[in-house]
Order: sequence, then structure tokens, then C-alpha cells
Amino acid sequence: MSKPRADAYQEFIKGLWRENPVFAQVLGMCPMLAVTNSAVNALAMGGATFFVLVASSLLVATLKRWIPRQVRISTYVIIIATFVTVTDYTLQALIPEIHKELGAFIPLIVANCLILGRQESFASRQPVRLALMDAAGMGAGFLFALLALGSVREVLGEGAWFGIDLFGPGFEPWVIMILPPGGFLTLGLLLLLFSWIAERRQRLAERLAELETQTR
Amino acid sequence: MKQQDPRLLVQPAPLLKQPLTTSMAMFDVLLALAPATLAGIWFFGLGALLILLASVAGALLTEWTFLPADQRRGQIANGSALVTGLLLGLSLPPSLPLWMAFLGGVASIGLGKLIWGGLGYNLFNPALVGRAFLLAAFPVAMTTWSAQTGPADFFQLASSNLAAPLMHADYDGLSSATPLGLMKFQQESTPLWELVIGKTSGCIGETSGLLLILGGLFLAFRRDLDWRIPVSILLTVAILATLLFLIDPTRYPDPIFAVFAGSLLFGAIYMASDPVTSPITPRGAWIFGIGVGLLVVLIRYFGGFPEGVMYAILLMNAATPLIDRYSQPRVFGKGLESARSGHE
Repeated sequence: MSKPRADAYQEFIKGLWRENPVFAQVLGMCPMLAVTNSAVNALAMGGATFFVLVASSLLVATLKRWIPRQVRISTYVIIIATFVTVTDYTLQALIPEIHKELGAFIPLIVANCLILGRQESFASRQPVRLALMDAAGMGAGFLFALLALGSVREVLGEGAWFGIDLFGPGFEPWVIMILPPGGFLTLGLLLLLFSWIAERRQRLAERLAELETQTR
Repeated sequence: MKQQDPRLLVQPAPLLKQPLTTSMAMFDVLLALAPATLAGIWFFGLGALLILLASVAGALLTEWTFLPADQRRGQIANGSALVTGLLLGLSLPPSLPLWMAFLGGVASIGLGKLIWGGLGYNLFNPALVGRAFLLAAFPVAMTTWSAQTGPADFFQLASSNLAAPLMHADYDGLSSATPLGLMKFQQESTPLWELVIGKTSGCIGETSGLLLILGGLFLAFRRDLDWRIPVSILLTVAILATLLFLIDPTRYPDPIFAVFAGSLLFGAIYMASDPVTSPITPRGAWIFGIGVGLLVVLIRYFGGFPEGVMYAILLMNAATPLIDRYSQPRVFGKGLESARSGHE
């Protein structure tokens, strides 16, 4: 693998796990908690955010030479808002029911700190190719986190996944999981799980390095 | 070499040590709860015993799973998880599916205690966290009360107890309203004698007022609980209930009913007085108790629920650090003068 390709791969993969926007950076909590009461909603929200993030990063990275420093934030917001409007109307046309359930949270993607943060800290400083990979990685990481949360909440709260009944008619739904406290609880437990796995991996890596130095 | 019986023992302070340890305090609580627990099993049959076992098992298993391996033995031996599980089990309705009781034990220890850093660090009473979780997750099952079976049907298990994990419970037996539910929704009182000995429906451990008070007196004399907390809660409720009763005796129950019905005695004596989640200063204990009593009366008489002890205690738990901070006793030798100049 040549070096630039490896770089691009690194930029993509970091958003999925090591710098996951939700589990590692704890960004974008508002849509995370608000719309993840079912897996379908989480998928739609994650997909919308993914599209807005990738498209705005592409545009910001392309236009970065012509954006004056003093007005850069407002320029980013206008670019993001453009794609959010596109997403809003597209979802309304394609899947009106889900659009209705997501409600105000689609327009609120504009205010998602994850998206603006990527423009400010990455897309405005890096070449288009890397910015695109970074945005795709972060968007996919966000989508993955939303989907994980939405799946747990839907399975426990309704006994179904993507609307498919899992346990039969006798299932006793955990009402709390559909309600806001369920969102906070599940997010907390997933963060706990993430940190636990990350810690274990780090400890394992340290032990491997230790063994290597010993055998040398 | 260390002498067995030294002539002169030189030790750093403190020289007087209290013999009270965590495990001793927990053992006292178990002892104090024993009469009410046995009464609950006697009244509600084998199902109650299984629910208690399930919630204790959930608590102990969670404690064992999530503690570091070197702390497991000591932490489980001190009995705190056992007490939490038992308190939770006693506050559950006797027809609850066993898997829910188990889940409640897991939530109590996991969400109520370990996630805060373990014993002594939790902000809220663990048993009540577990109960609040169950009530929010399974509102119907947690508010379906079965009538007392009595010793003749001791071995008859309700089919709802045996619902498969994650599955809905079918209620076959007679459900009956609790004294507070009867009062709130049907304006119907329950004879005092039944409330005192516990011949009513309700949570497993809350029905018998007399045995709960006996256990509470034992704990108070052993100095395991701050007597100010239960006394101030019960006094506040009694005074407010008397006032309301005098205003409109047809709408509001008499104060004796208000004190003996529902989980007020159980909550005031065993839940609110948890030393970890209640204020440590004497003045703070009074403030805490009055706050709980006030909230209980507000929720019971003016809110949507028939019973409000759980939420009242949890809310005041949240206020405990604040109460502790503002009720610190004046340091001896320091007057108001110096306290005022300290602020300037």
C-alpha cells in the first residue's frame, strides 16, 4: 500500500473507533438521545448526518482558499445549512412517515457540533481527498453509534428490530427504554462498554510491547 | 518483638474506637428486617419468598460480576448488597414476575451503587433506584397487587410469578387495591387494626406497621440509624395530615391512617435513614426528614400517584449534599462575628 492511500485509510478508520464522535468525543448528543427510540429512526438520522457531513466537508475543503478567516464560521454554517435543507426536502419526499417522526431534529443537524467541528478542525486545513475520508469516517462512526443505541432501545423497549418482532406476542416491553431516561441509560452503558474495550485493548498492546522488549 | 500483654501501650490517636463496622451495621439491619420479612412471606406465601431470593440474587450477582476480583470477597461479606437486595425485594408487589425482581436487583447495584464508585459513594438509595427503574420500565406489573393468600395457600404460586424472562405476566389471582389506592380512588378507608398487623395488600414488606416499628426501634437503640430522620418524616406527615383532615374530613384520611398505610413506615425507617444517602448533621437530618414528609403529603394528596414515598426519598437524596453543606455546625470557639468576617 502506498503512503497516501494508507493515510486516507487512517483518516477513515479513526472516526469509526478510536475517535468515534459519540463514544470517544461525546459530540452530537442532542440527536443521539432524542431520535434513537427505534433503529429505523436512528438509521435515517445517521444517514442524514452522514450525507450533510461528507457534502459540507467536500465543499469546505474545496473552497478553503477563498473563505476569509474572519467569516469562516458563518460560511461553514451556510454551507451546512444548504445541505441540511436538501436532506430535509429529500427525506420529506422519500420517507414522509420517518421524516415526521424525526421532526425538528432534521433542521437541527445544522447545529450539530460534530459537523461544524470537522469543518473547523479538519476540512479547512487538509486536502480534499483526506477531508472526504475523514468526513466519511466520522459520519460512519456517528451512524454506527446511533444505530447501536437505537437497536438496544428498540429491542428492549418494543421487542422488535427494524419493526421485525423478535420475541413473539408475549413480550413485556420495557417502557423506560422508549422514554428519554432510557436514552440516557443506554448511552451511559454503551460509553462504559466502549471505554472498557478501549482500556483492555490498550493494556493488551502494552503487554505485547513489554513481551517484545523482554524477548529481545 | 510485639508483646501480647504490654505494660505500656503507646498508640497514636484515636485511642477510643467505635466497635461499629459496616458488616455489623448491615447485620443489625438484617436482624431488624427479619420480623417484617417473615411476616411478608407468611402473608403472601411462597411467591414472596421467591421474589426476595430473586432480587437478592440479582444484587449479589451484579456485585460479584462488576467488582475487581480482589475486592469481591470483602464487599460481598460485608452484607451491603444483601441488604440492598432484601430492601428492594420487600418493596416489590408479591405477584411480580421473578425475572423482574432479579432485574431490579441488577439495576439497584449496577445503576444505584457501583456506577457511582461503590459503597459509600452513591447519591441515591440503591434499592430505591432499582425500584424506580422497575416502576418506569414495567408500570403495570409494578402496580398490580394481589390479595393476601394466607398460610393455607402458602405453596400456591401465582402464575404471574413464574412468567418466563422478558415475557408478559398473566394474572390469574384476584387483584386487590392497596389501602392507599382504595382511599385515593374509592374514598374507602381500611380498619386501623388491619394496617397495624399487616392484613392488607401491598408490597411484601410494607404491610405490617407494628413489626416495622419494632425493627426501627431496635436499629435506633443500636445507633444504626439517626432517629431524627424517621421521626421527622413521620411527624411531618402526621401534622400535615391532621391539618388537612381538620379542613375537610370527608376528602382526606385521618392522620393515623396516613402514617400506617402504604410504604411510609418502611420508607421512613429503612430507606430514608440509609447513612450514605442522608445528611450527617443533626440539623440536616431534620431538614431532610421534613422535606421527605412534605413531598410524601404533596404527592399522595395532590399528585397523580396514590403513594409517593419512593420519589420523595429519591428527591431528597439528591438534595442531601446541599443540606449537609448548609447545616454544618458552628465550630466551637468561633462566633458569628468571625464567621461573618470570613465571608468578607
